[in-house]
Amino acid sequence: MNIEKIDHILKEHEYNHSAIISIMQDVQGIENYLPEDTLRYISEKLELKLTRIFDIATFYKTFTFVTIGNDIFYITIRVCSGTACHLGGAVKNLEQIQRTINIQEGETTDDRMFSLETVNCLGACALAPVMVIDEDYYDAVNPGDIKKILSSYHSEPER
Amino acid sequence: MKRIRSISDLEDLRKSILKQKDPEKITIRTCLSTGCRAKKSIKVISALEDELNNQGLQEKVEIKRTGCHGFCEMGPIMVIEPANIFYRQVKSEDIAEIVFETILKGNIVKRLLWKDVITKEYTKTEKELPLYKKQKKHISYNSGKIDPTDIEDYIAADGYLALCKALSSMTPAEIVETVVASGLRGRGGGGFSTGLKWRICSAAPSDIKYIIANGDEGDPGAFMDRSLMEGDPHRIIEGMIIAAFAIGASQGFLYVREEYPIAIEHLLIAIQKAEEYGLLGNNIMGTGFDFNISINKGAGAFVCGEETALIISIEGKSGTPRSRPPYPAFEGLWEKSTIINNVETLGNIPQIILKGADWYSNIGTVGSKGTKIFSLVGKVRNTGLVEVEMGTTLREIIFDIGGGIRKDKRFKAVQTGGPSGGCIPISKIDMPVDYDSLREAGAIMGSGGMIVMDETSCMVDIARYFLNFLLFESCGKCVPCREGLKQMHHILTNICEGKGEKGDIEALTELGHFMISTSLCGLGATAANPVLSTLSYFHDEYVAHIYDKKCPAGVCKNLFEYMIDETLCNGCTLCKVKCPEKAISGEKKKPHRIDTAKCIKCGICYNSCKRQAVIVI
Repeated sequence: MNIEKIDHILKEHEYNHSAIISIMQDVQGIENYLPEDTLRYISEKLELKLTRIFDIATFYKTFTFVTIGNDIFYITIRVCSGTACHLGGAVKNLEQIQRTINIQEGETTDDRMFSLETVNCLGACALAPVMVIDEDYYDAVNPGDIKKILSSYHSEPER
Repeated sequence: MKRIRSISDLEDLRKSILKQKDPEKITIRTCLSTGCRAKKSIKVISALEDELNNQGLQEKVEIKRTGCHGFCEMGPIMVIEPANIFYRQVKSEDIAEIVFETILKGNIVKRLLWKDVITKEYTKTEKELPLYKKQKKHISYNSGKIDPTDIEDYIAADGYLALCKALSSMTPAEIVETVVASGLRGRGGGGFSTGLKWRICSAAPSDIKYIIANGDEGDPGAFMDRSLMEGDPHRIIEGMIIAAFAIGASQGFLYVREEYPIAIEHLLIAIQKAEEYGLLGNNIMGTGFDFNISINKGAGAFVCGEETALIISIEGKSGTPRSRPPYPAFEGLWEKSTIINNVETLGNIPQIILKGADWYSNIGTVGSKGTKIFSLVGKVRNTGLVEVEMGTTLREIIFDIGGGIRKDKRFKAVQTGGPSGGCIPISKIDMPVDYDSLREAGAIMGSGGMIVMDETSCMVDIARYFLNFLLFESCGKCVPCREGLKQMHHILTNICEGKGEKGDIEALTELGHFMISTSLCGLGATAANPVLSTLSYFHDEYVAHIYDKKCPAGVCKNLFEYMIDETLCNGCTLCKVKCPEKAISGEKKKPHRIDTAKCIKCGICYNSCKRQAVIVI
């Protein structure tokens, strides 16, 4: 991340120590992850110990140190694991997705077409079980729907 | 727009807004909250705009982009006023017909009306919907009616009148005592008296005081705070300003989950507008009272819903709880006296101030006053947000409002209070829903999640589900929570996988009670509730899992088989066609069979059979 951008964020938060979480959220909002050199720069500028910054970065689930290269394209399948979705059969849906495209949670298909993750409650509980593929929401999904839904993204679904 | 410099300015503004409004003008209210947006309501609105422009109706018809109507399952929702016609699951392809038939000719498009699956009757208006009929909408009244990004809509709906009253004719002490007398209790989980909290804080000697609105709704299965923040943000802000005046705070923080971008956006707009109008900031309405609000985005830590952890998070550190006392009212944010109220609690404040403590305390039960919003979800026919009077029975909520259980299955339990709550069985279905009754039944009110379960829900699995959730959310600071969760989860996983042993139930009970009595914060102290409440009401299911190696609900994979009931199967071949493992055989019009050796228990046949001939054994 370039220095100007970081300085701009720091200035917006008035170099306030207590705003460190917001500052890191802003950095990640632009970069999609927390670059180590940026964190080091922030630490110096704010005179805030690097250990504290890393403590925060590892405590809150929103933060990540890894990024995905821009050259890779894939469609993210997010399966909601909220209570209503769980009860509605989210696990069976997840297993069916895993069988259909042969990957586990957190993985990407060999052809770089799909990646799969489970997410905490999306707050769309009345639509349970919910899954989100890129920006498209699918509600009241059951395992029998999976193949059809995925094949609308994939011309030749495996299996 | 002119800045409001005095109490009379607000009244003048309200009158002039109301004067401009024509109650007979056709208004189309469309929901743009998360649920409806997920079902493409943005597309529907732009199609509506285009169509109205094409027909030259843009002046005659007003489109109102509202917050949540509550019936999220039926989204996108559209209500056409003044006739109150309720259309559900509207697609952009339906727009031309709606404009031509309903707007121009005054006819109803029948297929878009809500239809009762049992009586097969259509409901024409929003007011007549069974989901809404038994509700008492006080806090969620505006949500779904007003445009949450338009402050004048809120002002027209008596918005900021309570603030006016508080600032012009009440002393801070009078406000605190009004809230005490109203009997309002915290809507976030604990259920502590809001007024008492304020009284303690206002008496604290701190030179600076803070108020925090907790919108870090982390319970999976609950979304009422999100809807309130999205649909009626000014109500929360007004409640916060009144609270600040009452305790003498000059700075407020709104802590909102990062996963709720629409709520954050609407709150930011609301804060900015309130500042522009002179309702927030310095010298509010010319009274000399100063108060500012800033928003903090939660960074994905469930434990930050706990008040001491939330405070530490706002201070810019890892949100791990600390022991109480000292309570935040004495020593809170930056060691200053602080009150933390849930956003729904604050949403109650304007009406209490406006209509008085007597009015409010007449609603509800002896120990629980007012109304409460619940997110009614799970295996119930009508799912969505419902606001009911405290003391309404579970039966009324689930069967009268919710329409009973889907697919004519049997009701088994209702889970309230999220991961800190418990499961309530059928024997307590006529129990009134209030703080004390729920606690007595081994559950809690929590923030208002109400998850209905039927005979296909496994109670051991649901207990494991909550423990799994908490295992990842435990901050790890205190041993009982960190290790207790791990051990309990381990035992429950074994039980669900068919490796349960004699002594497991006893070990779970002992660990659970140990965690309750020794954990540092509310997360650990309530973490065992889902296990202990299911153990007490559904002991048989644990026994079936451990000793008979059976999951009667057909959820725990190693512990059941699918079978086709030959007396019910008519040989339609649907399951055979759909089975991905080709494990089903049988001729057309003759009963089919499942080869259990090939069956992977994906559940496709079970879900697809129209005669419910696929059974769990």
